Amino acid sequence: MKDDVVTPRVLYFRRREFLALGAGSVVTAAGLALARPARAADEPSLPLLPNVKKGPFATDEAQTPYTDVTHYNNYYEFGTGKGDPAASAGAFPPRPWKVTFDGEIGKPQTVEIDELMKWAPLEERIYRMRCVEAWSMVIPWVGMPLGEIIRRLEPTPKAKYVAFTGLFDPQKMPGQRLGVLAWPYVEGLRLDEATHPLTLLAVGLYGRVLPNQNGAPLRLVVPWKYGFKGIKAITKVRFVEKQPPTTWSRMASDEYGFYANVNPEVDHPRWSQARERRIGEFFKRKTLLFNGYADQVAQLYAGMDLKKFY
Amino acid sequence: MSAATSWRRRTWVAVFVAGCLPAALIGFDALRGGLGANPIAEILNRLGFWALTFLLASLAPTALKIALGWTELGRYRRMVGLFAFFYAFLHFATYLGVDQFFDWGAIGADIVKRKFITIGFLAFLLLVPLAVTSTGRWVRRLGFARWKRLHRLSYFAALCGVVHFVWRVKADLRQPLVFAAILAVLLLVRLVGARPSPERRRALAQAD
Repeated sequence: MKDDVVTPRVLYFRRREFLALGAGSVVTAAGLALARPARAADEPSLPLLPNVKKGPFATDEAQTPYTDVTHYNNYYEFGTGKGDPAASAGAFPPRPWKVTFDGEIGKPQTVEIDELMKWAPLEERIYRMRCVEAWSMVIPWVGMPLGEIIRRLEPTPKAKYVAFTGLFDPQKMPGQRLGVLAWPYVEGLRLDEATHPLTLLAVGLYGRVLPNQNGAPLRLVVPWKYGFKGIKAITKVRFVEKQPPTTWSRMASDEYGFYANVNPEVDHPRWSQARERRIGEFFKRKTLLFNGYADQVAQLYAGMDLKKFY
Repeated sequence: MSAATSWRRRTWVAVFVAGCLPAALIGFDALRGGLGANPIAEILNRLGFWALTFLLASLAPTALKIALGWTELGRYRRMVGLFAFFYAFLHFATYLGVDQFFDWGAIGADIVKRKFITIGFLAFLLLVPLAVTSTGRWVRRLGFARWKRLHRLSYFAALCGVVHFVWRVKADLRQPLVFAAILAVLLLVRLVGARPSPERRRALAQAD
């Protein structure tokens, strides 16, 4: 064969060895990457939040390193790659910032973020965070229980749901220049979910001001639901009678429901939700019903078919 | 050694080094912590990306021969195809051994229930006979015509691979659609341009 002139002897005789070498290297690379020591970049530089008290419901599981919490983000407003938000949210201005509360409440108003942060004492809440993509973290959030904010707004009997809207500003959020999702990002909760003591309006993590890539200055944290329910950079909170539309279920309603409760029994159509990879761990772990918060929230869904209301 | 041979040797080395580069970069990034918070997912994604890239690259020489009459690149097609298999194998092996840690129950359920995994698995299976029969000895054993027919499976493997990617992503289809567009062009050239001339068709009919 004429080809023999240029065909590698290595590949002729060493193909199997080449595959084995490659496979060995992958295992080594994965091991090395997971065992990598903390680096200088791990030191957070944002200001500490004052007067943060320890809140209830804290898990004592190992907390996900700050660098991972702030460099592995799904925040399509800043790009669809996991590292995009950290790379492109640096110039985003989280102040000045106003949040508008309206709809079925006795006290509709627009409030400055720094004023809002005085409405309730700041608490540290160490929660598990389970992404719909089957990975998870443990994050020490700082925030206010949403229920206490809602109480001050005096919802009327017609307020059955809470509809949240994120910022729409393609100048400041480069990902919004793409039509990957319908902007602005919108999310919603039932009123009883919103006022549940676990539900948090977060303004910080690791005791410090919330980084831009994590949803500064104000984001929602609902620890028993998949991460996409945690809308970021909130500008509007509206109290409504009917179930509001939500971004991901508008995008693919068969894959992402309104409830989005973490449930190992109800698979995403394209992947299993039975297990998850905790960031930093090699082995997958079992996913828990309601992300391990069943004791606190299961009664909210008593009698509901969780396969139907996913 | 003639000038042409020495040029080919150098090109061979260049293609070989290019083929090893993505794997080397994964190793390099693992050392400097550049694989991010979820290195297993990152490794899987990168290996899949390069499997598909080399697979499409291995189809390009034929299209270029048909469209522009370039034949020189055909010499490196086998190596590029083998690199496609190399990355597909590592991608699949990483899924089995690192991502799922040989949890055969979960793997079986994935392959049966998740269509994106079914079709990705199919793409890999289609590549196996092509990698096995990539030696000169196998070309002789099968006879060139049959060998060539067998290796048309590479187009189906590429198709399955691209669909696997399209079905995998959540919302941002840009990258998989670039792969799909390139494959569409390659397939189109192959299907339209490779139709034998009337004389050739007559000759083929007689040969059968």
